[in-house]
Amino acid sequence: MALSAPAANATRIPILSGLFDWVRGNLLLAPALIYAIVITQAPFLLTIWFSLQKWNLLRPENSRFNGIGNYIDLFQTDEFVSALINTVALTASVVLISLVVGLFYAELVNHRFPGRGIVRTLLITPFLVMPVVGALGWKNMLLNPIFGVLDWLITSLGGPRVDWFAQFPLPSIIIIVIWRWAPFMMLILLAGMQALSDEVREAGRVDGATAMQEFRFIVLPHLRRYMQLGILLGTIYVLSEFDSIAMTTQGGPGNATMNLPYLIYRTVFYSYDVGHAAAMGVVVVVLTFIFATYLIRMLGRLMEGNR
Amino acid sequence: MIAVGWRRTRHKSPLVERVPLWRGVLAWIVALVVFFPVLYIFVTGFKSEQNALGLPPTIIPTTDGGFPLSFPFTTENYAAILAPERNFVSFFTNSVLTVAASGLLVMLMAIPCAYALSWKRRGQNRDILFFFLSTKFLPAVGVIIPLFVIARDLKLIDQPITLIIMYTSMNLPIAIWMLRSFFDEVPKDVLDACQVDGANTRQELFSVALPMITPGLVATLFICSIFAWNEFFFALNLVATRAATVPLFMIGFETSEGLFWAKLAAAGTMAMLPVVVIGWAAQRSLVRGMSMGAVK
Repeated sequence: MALSAPAANATRIPILSGLFDWVRGNLLLAPALIYAIVITQAPFLLTIWFSLQKWNLLRPENSRFNGIGNYIDLFQTDEFVSALINTVALTASVVLISLVVGLFYAELVNHRFPGRGIVRTLLITPFLVMPVVGALGWKNMLLNPIFGVLDWLITSLGGPRVDWFAQFPLPSIIIIVIWRWAPFMMLILLAGMQALSDEVREAGRVDGATAMQEFRFIVLPHLRRYMQLGILLGTIYVLSEFDSIAMTTQGGPGNATMNLPYLIYRTVFYSYDVGHAAAMGVVVVVLTFIFATYLIRMLGRLMEGNR
Repeated sequence: MIAVGWRRTRHKSPLVERVPLWRGVLAWIVALVVFFPVLYIFVTGFKSEQNALGLPPTIIPTTDGGFPLSFPFTTENYAAILAPERNFVSFFTNSVLTVAASGLLVMLMAIPCAYALSWKRRGQNRDILFFFLSTKFLPAVGVIIPLFVIARDLKLIDQPITLIIMYTSMNLPIAIWMLRSFFDEVPKDVLDACQVDGANTRQELFSVALPMITPGLVATLFICSIFAWNEFFFALNLVATRAATVPLFMIGFETSEGLFWAKLAAAGTMAMLPVVVIGWAAQRSLVRGMSMGAVK
């Protein structure tokens, strides 16, 4: 009885009754779908709404609708513009260098040698390490100018002492994030290498291709799709990089390592400026969706090719 | 989809042959360099604070640190971190609870959903799959502000349920795409045979399809656990002390003025170890999870 009551009500409202019928016909799908809509789409729509408000949690009485005022403000503040540039620089360098390093890792373990399984396991480990712990370990034990292993290595080889986070703040972050993402690229490229049919490689050898030529003219072109996939997925995830910055420089020195996710965090939780933070959130989502759209199209093509 | 990938049964290709010795040696050297930070965090947890700062770096535990690259082994840091006043156990329990509860919720919703998307072929399936995908690509910073404001108004800040809800939504798309790709691999004849025998959907799912994808189910649960365990951003913004998870325990070491590296390393080891081990076990499925089942 309890169940039939809303049904009876719903039939009076066409949209609701349509929705109700759909849910009843899709009982397996409905819970997950409704959950995802409520927890992800609704907050995002609210973010857009908040981004149009002048709203500071400390002075709620001054709140008012502000149109695109917050967005105009953003592009006139140096902090936002430099965070936008840092975000793009961080993401682009991490993704591209990780791709090259990952290709190197993958080529190393794509052949049989004693302990290959262990080597592959060691290589993927950085991706599994809790990012917060990885960043703290790098910051202290490896990149510390006095007690760090890297500086010890450089100075014992006769090089200069480097204060990484003071002299090269953004590159230091980039190194930590590459360490984490290169294994991911390796996994994708390795899957690609192993999908390359032996006949093709064999044909190359029969034609007298050297190992280098085989790699350049057979393996690399074959890997193109996998590289695209790695670049798109990597970009989407690295655009939101937060942990390594929060645990090392917190955006500093100055704004040298401030990216958009960290600036949003600071704007909400230090300045309580909901309106501007929401506007920045929308900018990150737009940036992400430029790449996500390509990725979704690519996955769609792959899906069709498979059916 | 695009790849056959590493199946355990993959035939040994004649061309993926043994390579010259130097390539194997190079691979080992690179792997050890890449792994060094993890190893160094692990061993530093067993040093005294003074030895943790010592250079050249020592990596071999001994009783007295008598020979090169060795240090005297101690468990004092673990004792210090696990001391009741530091409350590490409560952070750890919160993490286990949050990860387990969100994993259960994800599975409860994802299994029927992925099953329907894989077996009941309909035009809308594609749109639904890609809708889930797009929710995964919505950055956390794009939703955190309303979620924070709503959680604050509903007095849900610092409640375990808040993180459970967030991690469920974070892992739901991954689980649906992964499970669907596993369901897709079950031979079509098996299902047809069930239908001939007059099995209903529930019987098909529980007695035929699910048992066949058990390894996939475990892999999916592992992947979801890894992401939930390591998650920091939602935890930082939505919980404080009562419901705080292990990543939040590590914040204490970010600001430490005194150099407590040995304690940092001991806490870091306990924080990362469970998921590193799970990840090693699930490494063949890792790429499938990260690529939403596109690369197998």
